[in-house]
Amino acid sequence: MTSLIEVENIGKTYGSVIALSDVSTVVNAGEVTCVLGDNGAGKSTLIKILAGVHQHDQGSFKVEGDEVRFSSPREALDHGIATVYQDLAVVPLMSVWRNFFLGSEPTTKFGFLDRKKGREITKKALSDMGIDLRDVEQPVGTLSGGERQCVAIARAVYFGAKVLILDEPTAALGVKQAGVVLKYVAQARDRGLGVVLITHNPHHAYPVGNRFLLLKRGRALGSYEKSEIGLEELTRQMAGGAELEALAHELRGVEA
Amino acid sequence: MTVTAKAPPVADERLSKPRLLDQLVVRPEIGAMLGALLVFLFFSVVTEQFLSLGGAATWLDDASMLGIMAVAVALLMIGGEFDLSAGVMTASTALVTALLATQLGLNVWLALLVSLAFALAVGALNGWLVMRTGLPSFIVTLGSFLALQGLNLGVTRLVTGSVQVSGMRATAGYESAGFLFASTFQIGGQSFYVSIIWWALFTVIASTVLVRTKFGNWIFAIGGAAQSSRAVGVPVVRSKILLFMTTAFAAWLVGSINILRYASVQANQGIGLEFQYIIAAVIGGCLLTGGFGSAVGAAIGALIFGMARQGIVYAGWNSDWFQLFLGVMLLAAVLVNNMLRRRAERVKR
Repeated sequence: MTSLIEVENIGKTYGSVIALSDVSTVVNAGEVTCVLGDNGAGKSTLIKILAGVHQHDQGSFKVEGDEVRFSSPREALDHGIATVYQDLAVVPLMSVWRNFFLGSEPTTKFGFLDRKKGREITKKALSDMGIDLRDVEQPVGTLSGGERQCVAIARAVYFGAKVLILDEPTAALGVKQAGVVLKYVAQARDRGLGVVLITHNPHHAYPVGNRFLLLKRGRALGSYEKSEIGLEELTRQMAGGAELEALAHELRGVEA
Repeated sequence: MTVTAKAPPVADERLSKPRLLDQLVVRPEIGAMLGALLVFLFFSVVTEQFLSLGGAATWLDDASMLGIMAVAVALLMIGGEFDLSAGVMTASTALVTALLATQLGLNVWLALLVSLAFALAVGALNGWLVMRTGLPSFIVTLGSFLALQGLNLGVTRLVTGSVQVSGMRATAGYESAGFLFASTFQIGGQSFYVSIIWWALFTVIASTVLVRTKFGNWIFAIGGAAQSSRAVGVPVVRSKILLFMTTAFAAWLVGSINILRYASVQANQGIGLEFQYIIAAVIGGCLLTGGFGSAVGAAIGALIFGMARQGIVYAGWNSDWFQLFLGVMLLAAVLVNNMLRRRAERVKR
């Protein structure tokens, strides 16, 4: 089976700044590939390449076996790659169903918006994902942070995304809300989507992930299948391994 | 692993008690409607002519010229941009038409077409500059405002030797074009200007586009969150440029109505009107930050303008009081809009 996405030794420089270099990973259908790393590790650069916002200048990027180079997010969408950004997922002042259909609005044969169809499909698609909203006319801004992410995820699933890229979906959320979002991530995965989950929290990544790519300063620190690594080791590597131990030692010194 | 997710009970608890104010949030024009009703009742009581057909014809005409522009400016503001050159554009388009017809002897219809092309080109240039430079449209269109103002005066003086172009009545096609843009119609023995119909028509079209079409959905989206819109495939640049061109089109319409009604145009006309358009749009429920508002609201905002401006005349007061009224209206509208927005954007984590 060809992977949905396969990147090999991919790299990107902004002028003289090397944002990403020599990073390889795969995304398979029905699996979650987690990209972990601290701030500035290159996570955003990697997903921006996958999402068509930026173009890579080294290595190869294949979608279902074909080499690609996206010039716009629209092109990535056309290849079935949908991205849900942490803070850019939705337009807060617009209603839930208008957000849901933004960019792919249903129209009647006279070219007008089919509002009835829009509302019904939105309600159905959300309830299929287990989100029950009574009123899809309410502004998205009135939803909780977790629900907003879920609307964006449900939208990507409905519009036939094969790959779902989630940029820090749990970063700004409380524990319970983060759990709800992870549940929808698992649900998208079980529907056969390939998911790329970007996070800096190994506790969120480990339960749903199949594969873990650790980034640090624009390079791959390691790439593991779930069977190869435990949560503790993942956390240790993620936090900088030996560095953290040294830090812990120092902090103990402060306490004493 | 199978996930059988049930509805989060949190959502139902909250939704079981929708408050009246929460429901009004989706009606941005509600405040303007109440305001219009108050102004209407007030002047109907304190003055005699206000409620008469003649009075109505006057304030409706006043409101219509402002309203056509306010509606277009509202669309642009919902799309997240300003156009300070909109006021001067009404003079520029009239001047282009008048100069071509009187100096070059062009048929008025042809002159109108050329000035329409001119208006659309300026609108497209405004939009392109804003999108290309990424600068605030406030600054970019301030530049085009000043440039157009200079061009209006400079070219007019160069060609005619004065700051006025007149003599439209003698040009070919003036009668037929005048019928379309500047004639009157009778209701109950009172004649009303056809501009009122243009205003109503423009409002209906703009409002339909805004709430019933794909493009309308995009207008709200690009004003509310341009980056998110781009990420889901909305053509942000193209849509914004189209909105600037819509404003320019409205300015052409108003300019054409002016030149065909009065048969002459002053080169310094239209200066300062751009703020009246923005004020009318804000009174109509548009947010200064974009992403929210209504075309009907802006039309009502213009109606409040027209009623108050003429009502004050009928009441025999000094027109200075109009400015005070305007300031108070604007502040009240901004406060109400802000409150509504906070309610709509309220984040619950």
